[in-house]
Amino acid sequence: MKILVAIKRVQDYNIKVRPKSDGSDVDIEGIKMGINPFDENALEEALRLKEKNIASEVVVISLGGPKNQDVLRHGLAMGADRAILIETLESLQPLGVAKLLKAAVEREKPDLILLGKLALDSDAGQTGQMLAGLLGYPQGTFVSKVDIAKNKISVTREIDGGTNILEMNLPAVLTADLRLNEPRFVKLPNLMMARKKTIETIKATDFSVDSSPRLKLLKVSLPPARKEGIKVNSISDLLKKLNDKEGIKL
Amino acid sequence: MLAEHNEIELNDSIYKTITAAQSWKGEIDLLVMGKNTEKVAKTASNIKCLNNIIRVDASHLEHLLAEDAANIVSNIGKKYHVILAAHTWFSRNFLPRVAAIMDVGMISDVLKIENKNTYTRSTYAGNVYATIESLDLIQILTIHISNFQATETEGGNAEIIINEAPPPLNLSYWKTEKINKSDRPALVDAKVVVSGGRSLGSEENFNSILSPLVDKIGAALGATRAAVDSGYAPNEIQVGQTGVVVAPELYIAIGISGANQHIYGMKDSRIVVAINNDPDAIIFQFADYGLVADLFEVVPELTKLISNQ
Repeated sequence: MKILVAIKRVQDYNIKVRPKSDGSDVDIEGIKMGINPFDENALEEALRLKEKNIASEVVVISLGGPKNQDVLRHGLAMGADRAILIETLESLQPLGVAKLLKAAVEREKPDLILLGKLALDSDAGQTGQMLAGLLGYPQGTFVSKVDIAKNKISVTREIDGGTNILEMNLPAVLTADLRLNEPRFVKLPNLMMARKKTIETIKATDFSVDSSPRLKLLKVSLPPARKEGIKVNSISDLLKKLNDKEGIKL
Repeated sequence: MLAEHNEIELNDSIYKTITAAQSWKGEIDLLVMGKNTEKVAKTASNIKCLNNIIRVDASHLEHLLAEDAANIVSNIGKKYHVILAAHTWFSRNFLPRVAAIMDVGMISDVLKIENKNTYTRSTYAGNVYATIESLDLIQILTIHISNFQATETEGGNAEIIINEAPPPLNLSYWKTEKINKSDRPALVDAKVVVSGGRSLGSEENFNSILSPLVDKIGAALGATRAAVDSGYAPNEIQVGQTGVVVAPELYIAIGISGANQHIYGMKDSRIVVAINNDPDAIIFQFADYGLVADLFEVVPELTKLISNQ
């Protein structure tokens, strides 16, 4: 079984991104970037399936500029067999990404496609479902457990207040939740070795796909400031203020 | 509009979604998919401002698999200018699939509808608001329900129209479902959430300090990613962008510094109380009431004072 894992390069989860001074876009110049956490879960799961001899090959793929090579190298250092960069400097949106990934799927013919459930930058949570829809494949979203036997896959999904289990045929598209697994730490020697591996680069324009943006960014701004709070002196002061001012009686 | 229901009741989010739908000043139809939808369709027909209730009912739609739901919505949706739903597990699962099939760029979790094709939504863990214009003829979006007021529930007289369900696609199969039964309320529905951070120092402290308070006031227990990563709390109670997003009446943050991705998960709470011994902790910027104190002293005191009332 061959697995394709799509990974996105995003800001570190601890970093507070701010708008540029002219409000035209966010200012991500010089900030710490890395693999989107949910995509890292997706990759970890693919690698575990390979270690259990269920998968034979794990391919990581990322879309964007040459800087995306760093997340692909991270993927190779984690244990992926191959890495593909679909290179474009254009800004991409989920639908465009899904169309380019579909083209890559038609070329690579994986049995399973894994992605994170959402990306920390755009916070849209669309790409996996869109890809499944374009391919006409079954989908499993917000997945916290994967079991594969023969050509059938059983996935546990996080839903409102609990979980459900779906069974589906392969090929299928799954999106990973954080609870799926705990991604491995990358060891330095592996990172050094990954530097020597080649990353296959395909120009996005080589695929005859219209990935142009459907959503035009008009401006970015800071969220409205929350009304300033007050400091209380003690627990009894707190309980009194909650009761008198907010009508909350604990 | 897409309706989420459990065959007995409509999900409450519908009343806020209707308010959002009125932004376009057009006719609003509600699509009710599933099995045994007669009762909820009837309830829906009484909601003010709805024109038609479209029922698509079949036994194979009982668990409404994403592939079947997307198949139905992408067909019916061709006749509409706008397809919208509340941003919940329900719509998040299949609406992007609908958008791709219809070749439309979807807008997720809209905070504000600026005009008929322009929206403001939050990005980068809530640190930045983006205002975007959709270039598509059909608008497909989900709305952030806590930003919209609920509409009146009674006084409508919508017509119920029955559409035949397409046959099952048989791409995936529902097997079982497990809804967590806890004595404590679920994080997402709780009126009060008490969350702990890394300052609790250990798993033992996390439980011995927070559990008595949580149980006394009937709250749900949450944790920061830092507390989860340190092994103090299980991941399923993580509040934040990489965990659960909550919006309770009262959020009590205990020993929490206020990391960005945690703020994202609780900033919609009506009232935020923060207890931290560091007066410069970022969490205080998001708190309505802040208490600079040693949590190991004041949290047991809080629990005790409540029990005495």
